[in-house]
Amino acid sequence: MIRLRNVTRDRNQLVYLILIVGVLLFPVLAGFVSPGDSGNYLLGQAADAGVYVLLAIGLNVVVGFAGLLDLGYAAFFAIGAYTYALLASGQLNSSPLHHAIHLPFWILLFVAVIVAATAGVILGAPTLRLRGDYLAIVTLGFGEIVPKLFLNLSQWTSGVNGVSALDYPSLPIWIEGPWVGSSLSIVRGFSFAFNSMAYYWLMAILVLIVVILVSNLQRSRLGRAWGAVREDELAADAMGINTVTTKLLAFSIGAATSGFAGVFYGSKLSLVSPENFSFVVSVTILVMVVLGGMGNIPGVIVGALAIYYVLFNVLTNLPANAKGIANAVGLGFLNRPAAGGWPGLEQEVQRLNFLIFGLILISIMLLRPQGLLPSRVRKEELEKGVAE
Amino acid sequence: MSIALQRTRSIANGRLGSLLLLLALCVVLIVVGQRVLSGGLSFFIQILVFGLANGAIYGLVALGYTMVYGIIELINFAHGDLVTLGAFIGLAFFPIFGLVEGKDLGIIGVAALAAVFLIAMVLTGGINVLIERVAYRPLRNSPRLAPLITAVGMSFVLQGIMYLWKGAFQIHVPDILPGTRLPLGPGASVGVKDLIVIAIAVVLVIGLNLFIDRTRLGKAMRATAQDRDAAQLMGIDINRTIAATFFIGAVLAASAGMIRGLYFNTVNFSDGYQLGLFAFTAAVFGGIGNIQGAALGGLFIGLVKAYGDAYFSSAWTDVYVFAILILVLVFRPSGLLGMRVPEK
Repeated sequence: MIRLRNVTRDRNQLVYLILIVGVLLFPVLAGFVSPGDSGNYLLGQAADAGVYVLLAIGLNVVVGFAGLLDLGYAAFFAIGAYTYALLASGQLNSSPLHHAIHLPFWILLFVAVIVAATAGVILGAPTLRLRGDYLAIVTLGFGEIVPKLFLNLSQWTSGVNGVSALDYPSLPIWIEGPWVGSSLSIVRGFSFAFNSMAYYWLMAILVLIVVILVSNLQRSRLGRAWGAVREDELAADAMGINTVTTKLLAFSIGAATSGFAGVFYGSKLSLVSPENFSFVVSVTILVMVVLGGMGNIPGVIVGALAIYYVLFNVLTNLPANAKGIANAVGLGFLNRPAAGGWPGLEQEVQRLNFLIFGLILISIMLLRPQGLLPSRVRKEELEKGVAE
Repeated sequence: MSIALQRTRSIANGRLGSLLLLLALCVVLIVVGQRVLSGGLSFFIQILVFGLANGAIYGLVALGYTMVYGIIELINFAHGDLVTLGAFIGLAFFPIFGLVEGKDLGIIGVAALAAVFLIAMVLTGGINVLIERVAYRPLRNSPRLAPLITAVGMSFVLQGIMYLWKGAFQIHVPDILPGTRLPLGPGASVGVKDLIVIAIAVVLVIGLNLFIDRTRLGKAMRATAQDRDAAQLMGIDINRTIAATFFIGAVLAASAGMIRGLYFNTVNFSDGYQLGLFAFTAAVFGGIGNIQGAALGGLFIGLVKAYGDAYFSSAWTDVYVFAILILVLVFRPSGLLGMRVPEK
């Protein structure tokens, strides 16, 4: 028993180690694999993947730790992103306010966290006494309402066009100050705009901070309370845990994390529009959490990276790759449209994307229902067959 | 002591809740009433019929959600796509049975349409049984979210298949139902189409109720939904019963898809997503696991949507529907007709 615990704990540490080494080596690797601009592209993608890692860690607090099914998590992501979009762009100039606000990125990180957490409390306070799946549907409804609000309040948010030309983060003045014009050329004339390397490291630091905070929370009194509420709410209540506050904290901490991710997302893309926060996004994040292994932070990170890679790299490049392979092995005729409605291999594979992603989800879940790197408790539950 | 305390608290909550709900209802009624009065009665009735026809479709879909949830506690995300799949399958059989636009239906036409309905229903049902066998049954004893993810995956797969089959276009469904309208007082009229839709839905819901109340299999379903282990101990074949539930759910979904196609004369491979979302909302609204509740919830959602579109703006309809849902659940946590199940 004790040995088992040590091994699994070691495995988590191993995963962390691999992740850290990977993060450190990735820029070198990206530059090596495709030097010049395209390496930058890879780094940018990695930074985008980091957004999903943050989201997955945040949702893991809600779903994995506290056992609350949240199907509208993208709503808080949207709230974070729009907080940044409105307070760090010229957008409010064309709104009824007639005055643009340009707050710095670093302050807005905290503002968005507070705004998103508040939204979490506002939604959570009246609804958290609902049982399991009723809560799921309420969060789903919230997830549908929030993007619609941003869509419909078009005099503030430009509706379907979204808010564009968001400010890029800039280094705080106390870092730039004394070195400007000196030989420290990294800092001199430094700008985040189109600088994937800068975003990459910024994201790495954000993820690191969130991982440290959340895993400390998991080991704290609150983390144990989450576990107790998840396993048996009635018993937890009887043991003197305030279940409502406990669940509310999980909800708002999850929301806060996604607000964090939203600010980064907005600043990197420099564009925020309502359709980026649909139900599909919520489901994708949930898939990352469940697939990685609910309740286990390194598992969730791995799940997020894996799904991101499949969705935004493998599947998006698949049509072009299929075309290339067909050409290479002498089946080039497949690439031309033919009689009988054959649109050419590239288009055909493009059409298959949805199907392939669905099949991947199903087969991974069937093969590893507990997720890729399950938490210790859940694994034992599954092996010993403890019912819900 | 603590139980007694809790009870008084919940009663107090209930009173305050009811009061607030009543107040909100009054405000809404006044606003809606004003719009209705300015719109005129005939318009109101027109929308009522449209909303009922729409609601009947939502109700049929919601029944499938509620039955599957009732029996294995799974939110079947693929259910909405079964609706579109049913319509697609039916559409493929239209030309075979000589159902083309612009021809009077006649008795043969009605029989052919019934045959198409039957084929679409049975095929979709069979597909859903297959889906259950492949994607949900192996995960029955896994963590609860695992089948949820495979359901999402199945939804993608079904959409992918339909996309491959017909592409991303709006597909035209032949307009074969009679377009006559029956006059109903001054200025108002009811389409025969609407009546047919409502009638088919009512027949199906009554049939389902009879099936669940009167037959052996229906009894087995109720028993399995109540306590799967105990049902198994009583000699009920759980796997067969659950498969039957999926079959019936898909039959209703396919019929809803066909009706919807004939009513709106257009169908798209991704329609199931929005439809499923609303139907699931309807199921929860009525109290998930409750058959009458799902039908009622469907009608309610249909009406809210129709009146929202007509009197306010269609851009905000989703917001009303989900806001009402959240409000209802806050004050009646188990839906309108749901029972208060004690927590384990």
